Amino acid sequence: MRQSTFTRRLLYWLGVAAGLVLAIVPLPDWLSPARPDLALLVVLYFILTSPRIAGLGSAWLAGLLLDVLRGMTLGQHALGFVLVAFLAHRAQLRMRMFPILHQAGAVMLLLAAYHFVIFWTDGLTGHGYTGWNRWLPVLSGTLLWPLIVAAGDTITRRAR
Amino acid sequence: MVELSHDTRPIIGRGPPLGATFLTLALLSVGLMVADVRYNQMAHVRELLSAAAYPLQVAVDLPFRAWDWLTGSFADRSRLRQENMELTGRLRLANLQLQRFAALEDENRRLRDMRENSAGVADKVLVASILNVDLDPFRHRVLVDKGAADGVFKGQAVLDADGIFGQVSQVHAETAEVILISDAEHAIPVQSTRSGLRTIAVGTGDSARLSLPFVTVESDLKVGDVLLSTGMGGVFPRGYPVAEVTRVERNPAATFALVDARPTAQLDRDREVLLVWFTPPPALEEAPAAGAAPAAEAPASEAPPPAETPPTAEPAPPQERPQ
Repeated sequence: MRQSTFTRRLLYWLGVAAGLVLAIVPLPDWLSPARPDLALLVVLYFILTSPRIAGLGSAWLAGLLLDVLRGMTLGQHALGFVLVAFLAHRAQLRMRMFPILHQAGAVMLLLAAYHFVIFWTDGLTGHGYTGWNRWLPVLSGTLLWPLIVAAGDTITRRAR
Repeated sequence: MVELSHDTRPIIGRGPPLGATFLTLALLSVGLMVADVRYNQMAHVRELLSAAAYPLQVAVDLPFRAWDWLTGSFADRSRLRQENMELTGRLRLANLQLQRFAALEDENRRLRDMRENSAGVADKVLVASILNVDLDPFRHRVLVDKGAADGVFKGQAVLDADGIFGQVSQVHAETAEVILISDAEHAIPVQSTRSGLRTIAVGTGDSARLSLPFVTVESDLKVGDVLLSTGMGGVFPRGYPVAEVTRVERNPAATFALVDARPTAQLDRDREVLLVWFTPPPALEEAPAAGAAPAAEAPASEAPPPAETPPTAEPAPPQERPQ
């Protein structure tokens, strides 16, 4: 049942990199607002499964990279990521015992908090966009969570 | 169901407490944001980080480019022939128009020389491709594949074949971010060709619509009027098409008319744009006598004072970003 920390670390960063790439892959205009925050979901998954590897620092760094990739104000996504990571670390022992649907509900709350941070900082920096569709990623991310868990479990098990 | 971790190290002594780390990193993020937005201090950091991000962006762009290349090189003969014929026809037409324009331009230059004002004619252009990379879906920005290495500078005008496209908002080493004229934070000074009316066209966040919030009810503007860039502010070259008026609604009780315009540039379909270098009008360099020095770069000052806030719900008055 043991898996070297190195492999896990590698998988973690590969997952985050994939999430970041998918964050800028062009999507059709109607789909683009609903793009799920895959990088954040990957970070969340690893916080729940291997909290020692996915620390707050790495979550912050992933958020900062996302800021740079998408040309946002530096620190916006970083703040959102670190908030979610903090809450997930606090609730991690409970959250990973939840049944999957319950867990998806908790993830929805975290994603909502994340998007609220982005919305808020957007408003503070003068980019305010108040359309309802900016909250779509919360929904798409929640729906995607069971898939992320299934994929993550399969991959980490195979890599063992 | 998520599995349990295999961490066997003791719980105590795992490094700094969670709350402290969170607080530090959160404060760091806020500090970064303040430094970035308020003081514009993050240019170097951003440049460094975007150098790290560049390979990722290229990796995303590459498959799309490869697909374009592949479909291009395996296009069948008849389609190429048809395209070729179409292009030849268009070139003939363009050449015909050019002959006329060459004479006009000569004349124009002579007249301008007389007034010692050879302003706003594009000196040098550079073709840049738009990278197939999605930025924020709610901001109209694109990434182009030319950067500081090619001499691109912040505030540079970007055009396409049909009109003004936007301006460079951030320069990285190999790439540059362009803000489109349709972004809700962008404003451009324009002039109607028919009546000579000068005003400001503000982006709305919709790539098919600009808004003209400072047109008074009694001013002379009609649907179908073509709006050209005025060259005021020194960011955009003068006399290039910006938009065509699509809607004018006059409510006699209001101070300002509701005016919309459609950008002439193909904002949502372009794959290639032109970066333009031109000599700014010398008249502008003498202009600041009228007000503060940066007034020359802030064309919003020529607009009537906004009695009502512009529809973009933006806290600051719309201005072109200073260079």
